[in-house]
Amino acid sequence: MTEPLLAVENISKRFGATQALAGVQFDILPGEIHALTGENGAGKSTLMKIISGNYAPDTGQIRVNGTPVAFANPSQAKAAGIAIIHQELNTVPELTVAENLALGAEPTKSGVLDRRGMIAAARAKLALVGADIDPATPIGRLSVGLQQMIEIARAISEDAKILVLDEPTAALSQTESQTLFALLHEMRDRGMGLVYISHRMEEVWALADRITVLRDGCVVGTRAKAEVDPSEIVRMMVGREVHDLYLRSERAAGDVRLQVAGLAGAPGIGPVSFDVRAGEVVALVGLIGAGRTEVVRLIYGADKATSGTVTLDGVPLASRRPGRSIGHGVGLLPESRKDQALFLLMSVTDNVVISTLSRWSTAGVLARRALRKAVGALTERLRLKAASNNAEVRSLSGGNQQKVVLARMLAQEPKVLILDEPTRGVDIGAKSEIYRIINDIAKTGTAVLIVSSDLPEALGIADRLLVMRRGLIAAELGAVGATEEQVMEYATGVLSFEGTT
Amino acid sequence: MSESVTVADVVTGRRQNTGERIFFWWDRVGILLILVLLMALMTVTAPNFASFDNAMNVLRSISINAILASGMTLVILTAGIDLSVGSTLAVAGCVGVLLHVAGAPMIVAVGGGVLAGALAGAVNGGLSAWLLMPPFIVTLGAMTYLRGIAYTSTGGLPVIADDLSFAALGNSYVWVVPTPVIVMLIVYALIWFLLERTRFGRHVYAVGGNPEAARLAGINVKRVLVLVYTICGATAGLGGIIFAARVMSAQPNGGQSYELDAIAAVVLGGTALSGGRGKIIGTLIGALIIGVLSNGLVLMNVPYFTQLIVKGLVIVAAVALDSVRRLVTNAS
Repeated sequence: MTEPLLAVENISKRFGATQALAGVQFDILPGEIHALTGENGAGKSTLMKIISGNYAPDTGQIRVNGTPVAFANPSQAKAAGIAIIHQELNTVPELTVAENLALGAEPTKSGVLDRRGMIAAARAKLALVGADIDPATPIGRLSVGLQQMIEIARAISEDAKILVLDEPTAALSQTESQTLFALLHEMRDRGMGLVYISHRMEEVWALADRITVLRDGCVVGTRAKAEVDPSEIVRMMVGREVHDLYLRSERAAGDVRLQVAGLAGAPGIGPVSFDVRAGEVVALVGLIGAGRTEVVRLIYGADKATSGTVTLDGVPLASRRPGRSIGHGVGLLPESRKDQALFLLMSVTDNVVISTLSRWSTAGVLARRALRKAVGALTERLRLKAASNNAEVRSLSGGNQQKVVLARMLAQEPKVLILDEPTRGVDIGAKSEIYRIINDIAKTGTAVLIVSSDLPEALGIADRLLVMRRGLIAAELGAVGATEEQVMEYATGVLSFEGTT
Repeated sequence: MSESVTVADVVTGRRQNTGERIFFWWDRVGILLILVLLMALMTVTAPNFASFDNAMNVLRSISINAILASGMTLVILTAGIDLSVGSTLAVAGCVGVLLHVAGAPMIVAVGGGVLAGALAGAVNGGLSAWLLMPPFIVTLGAMTYLRGIAYTSTGGLPVIADDLSFAALGNSYVWVVPTPVIVMLIVYALIWFLLERTRFGRHVYAVGGNPEAARLAGINVKRVLVLVYTICGATAGLGGIIFAARVMSAQPNGGQSYELDAIAAVVLGGTALSGGRGKIIGTLIGALIIGVLSNGLVLMNVPYFTQLIVKGLVIVAAVALDSVRRLVTNAS
């Protein structure tokens, strides 16, 4: 048997009374991709932080090539050949590719920056990841996918043997993910060991040679991919059977509620025309940058449209603004809950009612009892897990934070509900609950418009798909019978609109 | 590390490490603890500190700063700043006294001063909300031009008014409590109600915590900002009226550097300069700490120059504490 590049033996870690990891065994062989998966809070990130030298384990042993090691800090782990790619990008947008690659270790010649040496070093590093980019380009001008390549180039030194990636595709489009996967396969074939942390089953399945599932800090099991099927992995993750993750109960589509005609905004966005009926779920799909988020922001009035009309139940909505849209019954769950939706220092209650305070106040004074009761009913309906509704929202997990934003949407009692990436960064348990909520909302006659980068999700929960490409709607498909391949062909422009029926 | 679940864990809904737990309690009682310790220290070291008369002295001496700081709290909660409150105070005092001299009834003189302050604040708020100018720059400019307006209004000299109609606002007592202290307490009660019990109060915290999320949640962010600066101007105007009543005159050079004491009280009281976090009651305690410190140092006959050193260091220490808190809570 080959010697593992890295072996984690019987690692435990405790924070206060929380057992984050208990007796975890895990190893990485040369030339394999080992996926580490599990729901949020299962201990994936803690394990990664121990491997990368950010935390010291309470008990247990780490071995690199059979030699016991104890990392006191991340640079020691890096020196031992372990490279880490974090979920968020750590690039400085204003600096060039070469400057970003050299950041913190800029080459100097007698105290002066050695620009030529820096560019040469950058080329060598970019070659490692097979990226053909001019090192003098400001990194902010590159796509997120390319920036991530550069992060990988920065993380792996020439002698890196182990690469750990934490949810690397969170911000990537489908094609960017494919390019990344190709690179990861190539690195594996060169004999590196890769740890791929993700809770996206499709990716884990597409990439991994072995899969380890964590739950509540313990290893549920490690399986070679050849020995298992995806549903078994999901079962291991949640500890229960997940039937029908996607929920689309029989709904009768009613009259047209939302009608968008010739809507256009910033250059390259629109014009688009479509409508959504009462009780219907329509998904806007396409690659990152296809203009989906821009279109829904124009409908909601978060950005100003340059032309076109939006009609709600036959009544045109002129000069749209967020406050007015909410008043008319149009709700938007924004793309990024932390940046655009949540008030992290405020309570669950405050976050839920912030858009609808006028309903629970007389002459501006809050009716606090009625308000708390309404929030209590909503959080119960959404099965929100929080210490109490007075808890600060920052103390909640990602899935529960998203439920807080959903509760705000429900409090608005919308006629049209727009959800921009409603399940991004939430675990599978919370996902299935969010699908249940979306289904419930649609059943009450609300028109639901979803932006999703998760194609199985869009196909699973929507009635119709609108495929966007370069700011326009490239195709309209009924969700039943449509395939991911078909959608991708429209999204990438392989098929043209005329080809559809 | 403790194994049991603590109050901090329950309230925040999450395991707290030791540092977070300390700051959890610090946020709630820390500043009060400092005030109590300071008062205990003064009781032991400063002659006559612990007497009813001196307590009323301290309260009266902080009343103007505390009133300025109450409006400043709203501004800082929205992640803004108002450097012009000292000059606003001078303008409002001049307006009040000049109206009185011109024969206006008391209610008009007092109302005119407060309105002048509110107007100055509305201009600050309008410029920063609609033209997206940084509040620091807008109010730095206002600090200078409002001072100029105050000087211009009186020709540069104080205007003495021995028969000032609203003199009682500065000098009289309600039973045994000085009137400015009563006014201060009413202002704090109103602002507490505004922040904790009204829609507007929730909007202030939301705008300070995440302006983009506030906008998308349908809050009229610009309106909130204009109102916040208007209220800050009005409290500064009220401070100016009390100031003029105390000195029975219009003092165009009055209130210089008062903005710094007001900001210090807010920050000492635990309100984050980054916005979205803070309590009005903290500001009152912050103003009390500054007042007790000054009073005690005077009673101990500490030279004025040394007093400045001590006061400045206390303020820096308080802000340092806030930064340490952020480091500790973000590190987890």
